[in-house]
Amino acid sequence: MSTLSDPVNLSAPRGSDAGLTPKQLADKYGLSVSGKRPSLPEYVRQLWARRAFISAFATARLVAQYTTAKLGQVWQVLTPLLNCAVFYLVFGLIMSNRDTVPNYIAWLCIGVFIFQFSQSAIQAGTRSISDNLGLIRALHFPRASLPIAFTIIQLQQLLISMVVLVVIVLVNGITPGATWLLIIPALVLQSMFNTGLALVMARIGSKTSDISQLMPFLLRTWMYVSGVMYSVSSFIEKWPPFWQTAYSWNPAVVYMDLIRYAFMPESFDKTLYPGGVDAHGNALPKALILPDHIWIMATSWAVVAFAIGFVFFWKAEEEYGRG
Amino acid sequence: MADAALDTVKEATAVDKSQVPTVVVDDVHIVYKVHGAGSGKGSATSALSRIITRKKSPAIREVHAVRGISFTAYKGEAVGLIGSNGSGKSTMLAAIAGLLPTAKGGIYTQGQPSLLGVNAALMNDLTGERNVVLGCLAMGMSPAQVRARYQDIVDFSGINEKGDFISLPMRTYSSGMGARLRFSIAAAKTHDVLLIDEALATGDQGFQQRSKARINELRKEAGTVFLVSHDNNAIRETCERTIWIEHGELIMDGHTDEVVRRYEKGERP
Repeated sequence: MSTLSDPVNLSAPRGSDAGLTPKQLADKYGLSVSGKRPSLPEYVRQLWARRAFISAFATARLVAQYTTAKLGQVWQVLTPLLNCAVFYLVFGLIMSNRDTVPNYIAWLCIGVFIFQFSQSAIQAGTRSISDNLGLIRALHFPRASLPIAFTIIQLQQLLISMVVLVVIVLVNGITPGATWLLIIPALVLQSMFNTGLALVMARIGSKTSDISQLMPFLLRTWMYVSGVMYSVSSFIEKWPPFWQTAYSWNPAVVYMDLIRYAFMPESFDKTLYPGGVDAHGNALPKALILPDHIWIMATSWAVVAFAIGFVFFWKAEEEYGRG
Repeated sequence: MADAALDTVKEATAVDKSQVPTVVVDDVHIVYKVHGAGSGKGSATSALSRIITRKKSPAIREVHAVRGISFTAYKGEAVGLIGSNGSGKSTMLAAIAGLLPTAKGGIYTQGQPSLLGVNAALMNDLTGERNVVLGCLAMGMSPAQVRARYQDIVDFSGINEKGDFISLPMRTYSSGMGARLRFSIAAAKTHDVLLIDEALATGDQGFQQRSKARINELRKEAGTVFLVSHDNNAIRETCERTIWIEHGELIMDGHTDEVVRRYEKGERP
């Protein structure tokens, strides 16, 4: 009836493009498939371009963490201190491990802080995608920014704990030495390792939210197995050599031992701490053992975990935020 | 040689200036799985028995939201998407943004489209100020660019019109304020393709005027804007082309006046 009932087709290509199929049209003007994953070098480039975002995001999150608490930022120092106090109460006083490990309090605090760095990086990584879906859906940026930023937050928190740690170590009568410089490369390697794990867990956590329920149990098992609060060396000594070697590759043990050695090399001195028993039959502190090739182990873990984690995360880049 | 090549390019752009495609949607079907649909949450015992009997969870249902839609949008166009609730408009936008995979067909875009939705929260526990800075950095601006643009973004959003709200956490904002700030952040950058999902509906009068002006600017800067809205007047004022979607199928694609008139009368072609 109405002449208007025959609308112009506004979709159809006009002029020289007339008659092209949608696919041909897209190819001609170089349009790309929406949401396609960039190549690995391109992805690294994009991520590098977002370095300002990653560091600003990490800082903002770290500051926001305690905004609802009255004591505010004081908790950043208080939390690690309380942690050490609890473990000291249980394992130092009640179960009296302090007799068998030289400089037990410093040894314990280093273990707790270093293990917690890996633990919390993994936990934060697991939730990094699923907790930030709003941000992911609203803005476009390389998604690996998030797990990396969350690992940086944990590193910043560790550095604050390190200040507390230095005080504890000094109070325990340990004098600073040249080995303290080893803390820097050891932490760099551990950060790489943690970033790799956080990236792996971020992808898994984005698909199966059940994993975040399971993680605390896995991490707790890892913590008790790694001997964070008590020395496991007396159990290990009785194992067959193959299992001893396998155990010494436990990354948590590797990174804890490196930092323990860096802070207090004298604890590893057999002449100072021969072990055995005193006249009353009480156990004496026994020197710690630093495995051979520990730096090779630390570097291998860092490189392998980071490389696998990065590629594994990138493989699903286009899928984050879907569903 | 090089000059000749350049000339043909110039010629081509002169002829096809308004005809450069930015979004090509080619016979797209979208099917998505909904978790937790149907029989509520289910009890722990029923979940356990399902695991044991290896039955597929009834809580996962497939929704065929878009059924074979095709269209092409060109540079400088503002395209409205209309249709009743649940007709697949928002799903279509999410797919163009690359947030939903297509079950069949392909979506080709120029650059990376940006989707602006009402529900797209940024970082609620951070202040508005932090959100502006982080949002801009995430979009790929340099810290210097962010500093230069910061005041414009805040002024545009109008967040500070009633006092110093920008330094409060975003969770304290009303939904309208949040939507305004998000739009302001996203609009601070030139996008090849900007997808807006009812983000304007929540703003007040003054903000709606400003955002319409900004959408027109974005179009002049050679972008394409898609707008999903139930406010037909907003569509009339902003878009010259409108696509009507119903049940995931394209009903009509044409000039806004014609399509909206038919839509309001419920007159299908």
